[in-house]
Amino acid sequence: MSPPAAESYLSDGRTLWSWLTTHDHKRIGVMFLVLTLFFFFLGGLFALALRIELLTPGRTVMGHLAYNRMFTLHGVTMVWLFMIPAIPSAFGNFLVPLMIGARDVAFPRLNLASVYLYVLGASVALWGMFEGGADTGWTFYTPYSTTTGTAVLPVLVGVFIIGFSTIVTGLNFIATVHTLRAPGLTWMKLPLFVWAIYGTSIIQVLATPVLGMVLALVALERVVGAGIFDPARGGDPLLFQHLFWFYSHPAVYIMVLPSMGVISEAVSAFSRKNAFSYRMIVYSTLGIAFVGFFTWGHHMFASGQSTFGSGAFGAMSMLVAIFTAIKIFSWLGTLYRGSIAIESPLLYTLGFMFFLFFGGMIGVAYATTSLNLHWHDTYSVVAHFHFIMVGATVMAFLAALHYWFPKMFGRCFPAKLANGAAVLIIFGFIATFVPQFLLGNLGMPRRYADYPPHFQSLHVASTAGASLLAFGFLAIAGYLAWSLRHGALAGDNPWGSEGFEWRSASPPPTHNFSTPPQYPTGPHEYSREEVPHAA
Amino acid sequence: MPPEAVTEHWGSEDARKQAAYLGMWVFIATEVLLFAALFTAYGVYRSVYPEAFRAAQLTMEVGLGTLNTFLLVTSSILVALGVHAVRGNRPGLGGALLLSAALLGVVFLAVKGVEYAHHVKEGGLPGDAYRFTEVPRVGASLFFTLYYLLTGVHALHVTVGVGVLTVLGVRSAAGTFSAAYATPVELGGMYWHLVDVVWLFVYPILYLS
Repeated sequence: MSPPAAESYLSDGRTLWSWLTTHDHKRIGVMFLVLTLFFFFLGGLFALALRIELLTPGRTVMGHLAYNRMFTLHGVTMVWLFMIPAIPSAFGNFLVPLMIGARDVAFPRLNLASVYLYVLGASVALWGMFEGGADTGWTFYTPYSTTTGTAVLPVLVGVFIIGFSTIVTGLNFIATVHTLRAPGLTWMKLPLFVWAIYGTSIIQVLATPVLGMVLALVALERVVGAGIFDPARGGDPLLFQHLFWFYSHPAVYIMVLPSMGVISEAVSAFSRKNAFSYRMIVYSTLGIAFVGFFTWGHHMFASGQSTFGSGAFGAMSMLVAIFTAIKIFSWLGTLYRGSIAIESPLLYTLGFMFFLFFGGMIGVAYATTSLNLHWHDTYSVVAHFHFIMVGATVMAFLAALHYWFPKMFGRCFPAKLANGAAVLIIFGFIATFVPQFLLGNLGMPRRYADYPPHFQSLHVASTAGASLLAFGFLAIAGYLAWSLRHGALAGDNPWGSEGFEWRSASPPPTHNFSTPPQYPTGPHEYSREEVPHAA
Repeated sequence: MPPEAVTEHWGSEDARKQAAYLGMWVFIATEVLLFAALFTAYGVYRSVYPEAFRAAQLTMEVGLGTLNTFLLVTSSILVALGVHAVRGNRPGLGGALLLSAALLGVVFLAVKGVEYAHHVKEGGLPGDAYRFTEVPRVGASLFFTLYYLLTGVHALHVTVGVGVLTVLGVRSAAGTFSAAYATPVELGGMYWHLVDVVWLFVYPILYLS
């Protein structure tokens, strides 16, 4: 007896084994979603521990070494296990083939391998955590990272392995977008999310190998005393920073570009308008991917590099703001006179735009050498990169999660609860990080477990904000888990979106489409008449 | 049943080949950047310690390095001929050529081993283990660190390549590949040429001064 055709990819084989051996990009996307959510939870717990320690001056709940290990784990988990893979590996895997009318990604077996590489890397890094954990911060700066007695090695090796997962994912998306677009789907008809993932993939494959090599060098230095980064052996610790930031600055755009893709989709869908200046959004995506490679020196203004070098890197960094501004104006142009539906994905989108704008403007100030030296290695930097990296990635991740939840699981979630949680999270976020800007400006250094008493009120405010955030996330976890089983059935296109991914059923069947998709129109095309536009 | 266009993952063998090629080129780009980090480190330290690097270079086994260059270039030619033979529907000949290229790869590794043994005997070891008396430690120990890293990472690639060529050679000789289906052989060939090209950069900067 042949089994009846499954209704959706979810019911096509229900055993654990059928998930673990699947080549289906949608299941791989869901697996990544579960894994990244787990590490987001873990990284959040570490963050709360840090905020609790900083509630009072002196020792509150942990000693200095424990604090150092905790912020290292928080950084490593959030950067490499959550923010970098979250949107490309989870939502990219799920949506890119659906959006371009393909049955799967170009190399499905490699895609599955990327899940296992991620799990292997994460396990090695976690094992290092139980061995005591590193105390270097997620940046592994030499020469400290080559000399400290803590368990740096497993964390390095773990991140190295996760790098392969990133490269494989990026390589797969590039090949997929180039070769598997449905007939008639030209480059300038690609949904903006696909463009964003494509730009991200280019950064991933170009930058990650350099990171892999530099981490391998630090590991070698610890094992055999290679001497590359150790001044005592003739090496140069700054070479580490150059190679590290050559990857890790573009890595910021690995986190932000996919987020911008999500936002472009959501803005269009919830204002029911065509994306305003589609081409400029595309070109600015590629522009950010390109310029991102020439800005790494702005992490090293205080390293003693030449004044000319600092100036050049500062100017290049400011270019990123121009490309980002193009995107922000495009989103505003899309929202302008749109028929706006205040749903939770749009709330997160607005939060995203605020954080990106606020954090980005401060970023321009940081690219100025004189201001940078005042704020260097203070809490101000912590607040800045949390606004940009976390504000952007987490807001977009939550927007994506809410926007595509009905697509992925065929169920709706309680809208009022979701809107409430969104407001809670946005305000929690502001309350957490605005005090940190102020702390940094007053001179509180980053990475310190202790501080003089006059900083306490701001630290308390920040910790209070972090608790709001925690409640918000718990609420989301609660109602989404409930909705998985008990949510109202969504139908194929609950938002009435014109995004290409909604042309298949929700949840999609195993082979994505029951009839071959046609692409007579461009992406995000709402039939609504063009409104006379002032812009 | 869903229509043909949807059940077929790829429209045609051509599309499949195109994707495989693109994937390989992207992979090669990542490999180039992997080595780029090491070449950068070499460039930086060569400019910091020019004398020590020159002196350390003079102790290299130029003869063995040159022999290895010949071995790799020859094997690259054999691979190119092998790919050509498979494309021309002579998989038996192609398999033989690929296997001989793999054999040259093994000889390359053996020569490399002899070189390493020499250095170890003399004390030309990386970092802390450096005991070489002919060239002062500062700078020269970094040269040796980079020497082992560059040649070691390269040798790792040669080892993988030997495995790839052996599998492709055996399968080709068994008649798996033909003019109609040569993609794996072509991709394996591209990988081997990458290994060869990287060596053509490693060889002059380490052995020739």
